[in-house]
Amino acid sequence: MRRETEKVRERYEVIEHTADIGIRAFGGDLKELFVNSAQGMFAIIADLDKVEVKKSLKIECKAESAEELLVSWLGELLYHFNVDEILGKEFTIVKLDNNYLEGEIGGDKFDSTKHSLKNEIKGVTYHNLKIEKKDDLWQVEVIFDV
Amino acid sequence: MKEPWSGPIQKVNDYCYEIPQSYKSGMRVPGRIYANEILLKDIFRDYAPEQVANAAFLPGIVKHSLAMPDIHWGYGFCIGGVAATDPEDGGVITPGGVGFDINCGVRLIRTNLKQGEIRDKIEGLINTLAQEVPAGLGSKSEMKISHEELRKVIVEGSGWAVRRGYGVERDLEFTEERGAIRGANPDKISQRAYERGRAQVGTLGSGNHFCEVQVIDEVYEPKIAEVFNLFKGQITVMIHTGSRGFGYQVCDDYLKMMLPYFDKEKLPDRQLVCAPLNSKEGKNYFAAMCCAANYAWANRQSLMHLVRKGFEKFFGKKWQDLGMDLIYDVAHNIAKFEKHIVDGEEKTLCVHRKGATRAFPPGHPDVPLRYKRVGQPVIIPGDMGRCSFLLVGTEKAAETFYSTCHGAGRVMSRTAAIKSINAKALSQELRSKGIIVRTAGRETLAEEAPQAYKDVADVVDVVAGAGISKKVCRMKPLGVVKG
Repeated sequence: MRRETEKVRERYEVIEHTADIGIRAFGGDLKELFVNSAQGMFAIIADLDKVEVKKSLKIECKAESAEELLVSWLGELLYHFNVDEILGKEFTIVKLDNNYLEGEIGGDKFDSTKHSLKNEIKGVTYHNLKIEKKDDLWQVEVIFDV
Repeated sequence: MKEPWSGPIQKVNDYCYEIPQSYKSGMRVPGRIYANEILLKDIFRDYAPEQVANAAFLPGIVKHSLAMPDIHWGYGFCIGGVAATDPEDGGVITPGGVGFDINCGVRLIRTNLKQGEIRDKIEGLINTLAQEVPAGLGSKSEMKISHEELRKVIVEGSGWAVRRGYGVERDLEFTEERGAIRGANPDKISQRAYERGRAQVGTLGSGNHFCEVQVIDEVYEPKIAEVFNLFKGQITVMIHTGSRGFGYQVCDDYLKMMLPYFDKEKLPDRQLVCAPLNSKEGKNYFAAMCCAANYAWANRQSLMHLVRKGFEKFFGKKWQDLGMDLIYDVAHNIAKFEKHIVDGEEKTLCVHRKGATRAFPPGHPDVPLRYKRVGQPVIIPGDMGRCSFLLVGTEKAAETFYSTCHGAGRVMSRTAAIKSINAKALSQELRSKGIIVRTAGRETLAEEAPQAYKDVADVVDVVAGAGISKKVCRMKPLGVVKG
């Protein structure tokens, strides 16, 4: 992951998991946590350096809790990648409470001559999923089935 | 996950260890792990026994929460997990006990070719197969399938492919469930799953999925091998893939649908969310899971057709003249209703196998007539540098609800493999061993390196030692097409 300066907080890190891949995402607030989780997921899927922001898409999800909302959000992004081939690079959360999310994804349609894919994510799991706040920093671990 | 797992474990015998029911207060049955002392060390380091204990919380679970020797850390269930639930005793079905890749499985195809005949032709053959078989992330099928047609695919499974000309009636006889499990209901499938499934029938996918040309280098049971028409030095082809985006979407849809019923007081992991087999939600998931299972069988049948076409093109002979008959096709991520004897009484149970293979014994009604005397073939793929195995089911496997291992099982995470393995050097090393590898994905080779996996021979020795399967022959890879 690239950092602007040493002081910039890590947005996410990829975590070890024997069979699959996970991320640990961080955020100053929940919105940032959701954005950084999406960044982490797309960094697993593709090399995002060459992805330009040319298209945008609105996303809306409903769920019973913040955790379920996070899986829904990532699941929606994955769905649009799989069906519309949208590689996400920039993410915005417009509205967020425990049951509802409104967001936007900016990116480009996958083009095999320009972009390189790294991993196929089959699904976002609910495995040991818990959003926690530690010392003013929100964090969550998400395991993906790859 | 830093410290090795340190829960209680009791030795049952040299090949089986038990986690007592008293380990956690919600466990309904003990856990049992099939392993030897050497494998057990890796298993503890991986923490997977905790997931064996977690699956023992499932309502209606019968006898034991089981794990095969290729057990490794998964989500919800461990990989290599087997759990049977009784619908008459409040038994549940859980999408987490099947996984995202519903009916991921393997098929083995024989040929008349001998190693000596194709020794110098492997590279050309693999290049031809790499052209014929769409592989890798984002690869699309040449087949264009309408929504209406897809509804037929998910009910008819392999039969759909055969009727479309992708194979022959005989192929169905040698496929688990004849390539179409009963109970599929296309009305239980979301629009999204249909969208994702349309372009992927006849695609391999990526990750650990592959199409491999192999040679039989060891025969352990010549009489059984003869029944399968297999011999030492013979070329075989193995295909490993599943239900692609269609299955992933079905899993996702039903996890979401069941979540409101998740009770964290009763289940230790949200990924184990489940519904009673007799409930509307449980029945709907089963009907949708059957659709995805049938999709996977149609996919592997279509891929076999492409492989046969590739061989025809390369050798200039009909596949029938090359003797390319299907030996068998097994599912290793599925939940199925089966009859089992529990404490002397016959019961219909729902057996979840997540990274485990059904292994019916000789004489079982679901074993094809031609194999009836020897038992159901069990196909165990290994990593691309070592070997794979063909086993058969045994009567002793009644203790595992006729289940056995499914593969090597990882010991190294994908990220660790990418960091520590040089793909170019690996490719050369494999080539020097006479193995040609073609991968579509940039990082696939390092991720799937032999050293990232347990030695499948150790895994197979445990199931053979425990008597829950019998070794028939071993296959060595010659060429691999990967996603």
